[in-house]
Amino acid sequence: MRIGDFKETYAADEAIFRTPAVRAWMGALGAAMLVFPFVAGDYLLYLANLVGVMIIAALGLNILTGFTGQISLGHAAFVGVGSYAAAIGATRLGLPFYLCIPLGGAAACVAGTVIGVPSLRVKGLYLAIATLSAQVILEWVFSNWDSVTGGIRGINVPPATLYGVPLDTDFRVYFLIYAVAAAFTYSARNLFRTRVGRAFIAIRDRDIAAELMGINLFRYKILSFMVSSFYAGVAGAVWVYFAKVVTPEYFPLSLSIQFLAIVIVGGLGSIQGTILGAIFMTLVPELLKAGTEAVKPFFPDAMSYLFPLRDILFGALIVGFLILEPHGLAEMWQRVKRYFALWPFRS
Amino acid sequence: MVGDALVIDGVTLSFGGVNALSGVSLSVREGTIHGVIGPNGAGKTSLLNCVGGFYRPQQGTIRFLGADVTRMTPDRRASLGMARTFQNIALFKGMTVQDNIKLGAHAHLRTGVLSALLYAPSARREETVLRREMEKDVIDFLEIEHLRRKTVGNLSYGLQKRVELARALAMRPNVLLLDEPIAGMNQEETEDMARFILDIKEERGVTVVMIEHHMGVVMDICDRVTVLNFGVKIAEGAPGDIREDPEVVKAYLGKAG
Ligand SMILES: Nc1ncnc2c1ncn2[C@@H]1O[C@H](COP(=O)(O)OP(=O)(O)OP(=O)(O)O)[C@@H](O)[C@H]1O
Ligand SMILES: [Mg+2]
Repeated sequence: MRIGDFKETYAADEAIFRTPAVRAWMGALGAAMLVFPFVAGDYLLYLANLVGVMIIAALGLNILTGFTGQISLGHAAFVGVGSYAAAIGATRLGLPFYLCIPLGGAAACVAGTVIGVPSLRVKGLYLAIATLSAQVILEWVFSNWDSVTGGIRGINVPPATLYGVPLDTDFRVYFLIYAVAAAFTYSARNLFRTRVGRAFIAIRDRDIAAELMGINLFRYKILSFMVSSFYAGVAGAVWVYFAKVVTPEYFPLSLSIQFLAIVIVGGLGSIQGTILGAIFMTLVPELLKAGTEAVKPFFPDAMSYLFPLRDILFGALIVGFLILEPHGLAEMWQRVKRYFALWPFRS
Repeated sequence: MVGDALVIDGVTLSFGGVNALSGVSLSVREGTIHGVIGPNGAGKTSLLNCVGGFYRPQQGTIRFLGADVTRMTPDRRASLGMARTFQNIALFKGMTVQDNIKLGAHAHLRTGVLSALLYAPSARREETVLRREMEKDVIDFLEIEHLRRKTVGNLSYGLQKRVELARALAMRPNVLLLDEPIAGMNQEETEDMARFILDIKEERGVTVVMIEHHMGVVMDICDRVTVLNFGVKIAEGAPGDIREDPEVVKAYLGKAG
């Protein structure tokens, strides 16, 4: 009889949560997330909702960039496509939210495919430029295709309703956002338990060897791009039910950079890291804002430095993590866990 | 009736001015181990790269199990049953041994992206069956049970070569192309590897094409040997005859002296 990590069946060994301890922790986390909205104040709820949307979108980018090794500077634009599609579905077509959310995902997925097919023939810097132009073009479309997007005035969206109850407060939307976020986190984990996810990672690690395993590089890169933009679109659709309005300035290039920052700071190729990164990179600007407000009495024009400061901070975090902690917060978290696993026997 | 698994006919490959291969022809009989030897830079790896679809020869054809594969992409050739290992190991270094091996089976699996995201019953079944077969046919066979969840990048060179062979076996190949499978191994690892290669041929009927500098092993396990020098085939025959061939002796001595 072997001791320790021994599984009765291969199916059990392939499970996501392999030990009772992990399952217990996940249960506790789930319970805490259910209790949270009942005890949190308005501001915390708002932040939590923002984090939830960022998690969904950033998971998509991590699948593409962290797991498949294909950079994108246009992720925010795909979020935008999802937002607009959902907004149009909800207003003009009068569809319920549970159809508008997949609609947002599907629209972004189509846009992603159209842009991915020419872009993914090139790698590295060229791919960065190609996706950057996608960002610019889509942003332009958002503000100028007035008849569809409502131009700079955008589209106002009614709240989602569930069994006649309007999800019109942050408290109610919280449950929608986190139901979607949980489902999409789970799906992302699933992806990497199968051949599709393994093929993505293989392409990232050594594309030539991947090809010799019978993996069609172009096909799988497109697939990764499609999954990634589907996630972005769903995030955009959920965002619409949170913000109640969609306008072009919600999806600037700086949001694309913020997604990259989440993925890099959280941990490229880590789902757990994406979640940590989304929390961290949403809270950092908020702390910065609070800090700037605090010094306002002494420096009256402090607020005008807020946005430049934020950009500098994001840039510094990206560079800092790439150099000092390339596996991101996920790796730091693993170190903390390893430390406490043996605590107090090892200091 | 046993035929030829691989027929290379008049293959010429040049890089700029360098002729890596000049009109090389050779046939590999099904179910044999075929050695390819020659001094450094003789064109052995280039030949394997042409067979694997990595390089496109300027002239000549390559037939694999009766099909002309000269213009096929590497992934198509893999799905026809061709697997290979590399001179400088080409594993996915950041992944576990288990995931590397599972990647070898990629072409035999069917799960699509939707059932993957949902981990649908079909995907679950496929993964479980894959796991069971992989354990029996590859992991137990190559005696790497203790390495399953180790990250490949942290393993010794000898073990990495063994994992690379494991991944190639998971492809369930008809023909296995090995580029210096023994280079850099100690005595014990060398003996293990030679035994594995023999077993692969004898127990599974897989045809093996093997580039190797270790003459002892080549003489021991190869059924037939081809010798290349400066991109030209200079000899071919049973291992015992090759050793005596004056051209071969000259090529090796000329290089050494
Ligand atoms: N990609 C390439 N570009 C340019 N020249 C190449 C390339 N690949 C191989 N060559 C050249 O082709 C010739 C044959 O090289 P090859 O790698 O096939 O030799 P080899 O027999 O495998 O040698 P070794 O025993 O050192 O592995 C060499 O002169 C080499 O420099
Ligand atoms: Mg070589």
